[in-house]
Amino acid sequence: MFDLILTQILNGLASASSLFLVASGLSIIFGVTRIVNFAHGSLYMLGAYLAFTLVNLFGPASALGFWGGVVLAAVLVALVGLVMEVTVLRRIYQAPELFQLLATFGIVLMIQDIALASWGAEDKLGPRAPGFKSFVILFGNRFPTYELLLIVIGPAVLALLWFLFQKTRWGTVVRAATQDREMVGALGVNQRLLFTSVFAFGAGLAGLGGALQLPREAVTLHMDLSTISEVFVVVVVGGLGSVAGAYLAAVLIGVLHAFGILIFPKITLVLVFLVMAVVLVIKPYGLMGKRPVGHVRGPAAAEPLLTPADRATKLAGLAVLLLLVAAPLVTPDHLLLTLTELVIFALFAASLHFMMGPGGMASFGHAAYFGLGAYGAALAVKWLGAPMEPALVFAPFLAGIAGLVFGWFCVRLSGVYLAMLTLAFAQIAWATAFQWVDLTGGDNGILGVWPSSWAVPKTVFYYLALAVCAACVLALRFTVFAPLGYALRAARDNPLRAEAIGIDVMRVQWVAFTVAAFAAGIAGGLFAFFKGSVFPTYMAIPRSVDALLMVLLGGVQTVSGPIVGAFAYAGLSEQLMKLTMYWRFVLGLSIVLLVVLFPRGLVGGFLALRERHGAAGSGAAGPRLAVEGVR
Amino acid sequence: MSAVATVPVGAAEGPVLVVRDLAKSFGGVHAVQGVSFAVEAGRMLALIGPNGAGKTTCFNMLNGQLRPDRGEVVLAGRPITGLKPRVVWRMGVGRTFQITATFTSMTVRENVQMALISHEGGIWNPFAPARARHVAEADALLGLVGMAEQAERACGVLAYGDLKRVELAVALANRPRLLLMDEPTAGMAPRERVALMALTAQIAAEQGIAVLFTEHDMDVVFTHSDRVIVLDRGRLIADGTAEEVRRDANVRAVYLGSGATSGGH
Ligand SMILES: Nc1ncnc2c1ncn2[C@@H]1O[C@H](COP(=O)(O)OP(=O)(O)O)[C@@H](O)[C@H]1O
Ligand SMILES: [Mg+2]
Repeated sequence: MFDLILTQILNGLASASSLFLVASGLSIIFGVTRIVNFAHGSLYMLGAYLAFTLVNLFGPASALGFWGGVVLAAVLVALVGLVMEVTVLRRIYQAPELFQLLATFGIVLMIQDIALASWGAEDKLGPRAPGFKSFVILFGNRFPTYELLLIVIGPAVLALLWFLFQKTRWGTVVRAATQDREMVGALGVNQRLLFTSVFAFGAGLAGLGGALQLPREAVTLHMDLSTISEVFVVVVVGGLGSVAGAYLAAVLIGVLHAFGILIFPKITLVLVFLVMAVVLVIKPYGLMGKRPVGHVRGPAAAEPLLTPADRATKLAGLAVLLLLVAAPLVTPDHLLLTLTELVIFALFAASLHFMMGPGGMASFGHAAYFGLGAYGAALAVKWLGAPMEPALVFAPFLAGIAGLVFGWFCVRLSGVYLAMLTLAFAQIAWATAFQWVDLTGGDNGILGVWPSSWAVPKTVFYYLALAVCAACVLALRFTVFAPLGYALRAARDNPLRAEAIGIDVMRVQWVAFTVAAFAAGIAGGLFAFFKGSVFPTYMAIPRSVDALLMVLLGGVQTVSGPIVGAFAYAGLSEQLMKLTMYWRFVLGLSIVLLVVLFPRGLVGGFLALRERHGAAGSGAAGPRLAVEGVR
Repeated sequence: MSAVATVPVGAAEGPVLVVRDLAKSFGGVHAVQGVSFAVEAGRMLALIGPNGAGKTTCFNMLNGQLRPDRGEVVLAGRPITGLKPRVVWRMGVGRTFQITATFTSMTVRENVQMALISHEGGIWNPFAPARARHVAEADALLGLVGMAEQAERACGVLAYGDLKRVELAVALANRPRLLLMDEPTAGMAPRERVALMALTAQIAAEQGIAVLFTEHDMDVVFTHSDRVIVLDRGRLIADGTAEEVRRDANVRAVYLGSGATSGGH
């Protein structure tokens, strides 16, 4: 038993190394530029793919060929990072956090299609490293020597980074910039060059991490998202901006994984979740992280006035609803299916908007609750033999309970920390559905989730979905204008003031988080019966981003925005998918362009225009820097 | 010069606020070092001192935003040291901020309504429209501070002086027994300042509210305070009537040194 434990510790240490490389790169970049690079997992994947090609090109049999390929892959990824920084990121350092995250997510989509086009959809198995193909016997178990090498590489890189930051001029400047960005200007450092070099360096670390994985695991197109969410967990646990914290957390998570597989093979991620939860309760900003001093909101200074819909808007809303009610009379069947889906997505988008607009909490993992709703319904059907009606009622409760648990942690953080944590939770939910095959059927999903016989006809199901979704959207809308919605906006606009007039900011946000999860669960439950089946992809990251894009397209600041956005987005993406096989690339590029052209968001850009033409005297709204008391 | 305030006889139930030996440091910066004073109901106490003297830090410890390193805050006989801001507020402490803090996505009236709703314990209601609640009360408060005409305007577009008035209305919404006003007249024209503080003094007297305020304009301080305490680098260096403080040699030294006798922001 003792031998086994030691072996698992070694396994954990080995897998920690690559994770550490990626996480430290992300952390270093964040320290200097304050950007959380969503595409860091994609750079890791590129590193692995490039290493695959280069190593095979140079000859995997020779040490020079292999290591030359690995190092060159890392260098190439650093160059990709350089191009990314110069073309995109440099332009959005002043943009709100949400838009920065979105832009880098756009790059994720682009790299996905670039990889697909270059290397195809099949997994690539890399060669083993020359000189490290054998095993040693350790504690009575066979242990690959390459793993031992990796175990050494982690601390070696940590030591190298330490040397770099303590002993070189560049490193000193990076450290100074991480602590105090204004000071760097005073030091007479070329800021542009600094940012570009830091980004390229961080990208190179991710590339190296990916390249080193080549002999260990197959290179796949899914590596990007699975890596980035693991890395988010690592930096949340270790503390964003701390390299040593990244190592500590990577080892912790790596070892935990290794043990999890031993003890709790079905749901190793639950262990990870528990550890993350404990760390966050004790140290909200990670083991070695510091609480951000005076969290400053993005430059979209004051939230614009929110007014209830005027007559015209109300009439327009009514007209749309009537059109939707009348639709089955004129539309062909296949269009009715599209409409049903749209109506469900409109509720999904509205639920995200509720926490993101009035609540100011941008979630990158809202699909978790949609998916949990779908699984709630499907599990009730499969395991309890429930008919549709009770299953639909059960569905949002599963999502709501998850929202209650995850939300408790999320509302303790804000900004990028919140975004990363929501994403990590969503990934945990996804992985649970994926791994817990006995319960969920894993990748094969759960089939046969059919509506009750009365609701089987397409038209009837459409009306059911429309009635439920319209009622829920209206209820959410009501809540926005009810005291609870006001308190939520108060907490977002000025948490300091909100607390100073007796509003429990965290509790209000927690309730909103839960309500949003519950509403997403309703949409998910309907979706399960609509499709007749559920799959883990229902809660995968791309679906979360779908919802985000719907909300952003429609405008965060208006209550009807998400509805318009859902219809516009679903329509556009469907057309795009028909038009080209590489729709992800086109979508990603559009996101990047949108953010670069309108760094304050569409509505922000509009407001800026209006400001420029408006009276100059009204601009004296006082200092903008709002220091939030984050506990 | 004694730094400990003498509690006057004659205050029937004692002072509304008693502060004893309050101290707070940020790293090496000793922002507040052992400050004691008291405020009685219906009275105006001015806390003055140059920028960086520790006035805002004091305020933050009084309403629970900062936990003091040492010392005690007592509100109407009950210790409130270290309680959360929202709890302190519920016990009857209203506050305005040096950097105005309002809800920009709401109108002026809605800002006040929000405070009223919270005071009534009604924020958990998920359905009834909030706009329709406490309209008359909100308008009365806005009328009191001279913001009635602007009730429908967004808080995000108001002039700085008007924001200060909205904050006062919000701070009065819970019928406080203690009002903390951090530079309430900054950004206002001199005439406006006098008017606002005269109004505050009147409200304080009528409703028996104890008011603690900071102010750079010495005219305002000397006209509208019942007593003045002077803070310099975290220490209380004077305590007395406006006239006494004006003659105090220490105070003159501090103010001649910094030159900020009036009009500072
Ligand atoms: N949150 C903080 N962190 C570090 N130092 C602070 C903080 N708040 C105030 N200080 C310092 O404490 C001192 C007193 O500040 P403050 O109370 O704002 O003064 P005043 O309101 O009298 O101008 C100043 O030196 C200021 O720099
Ligand atoms: Mg101050």
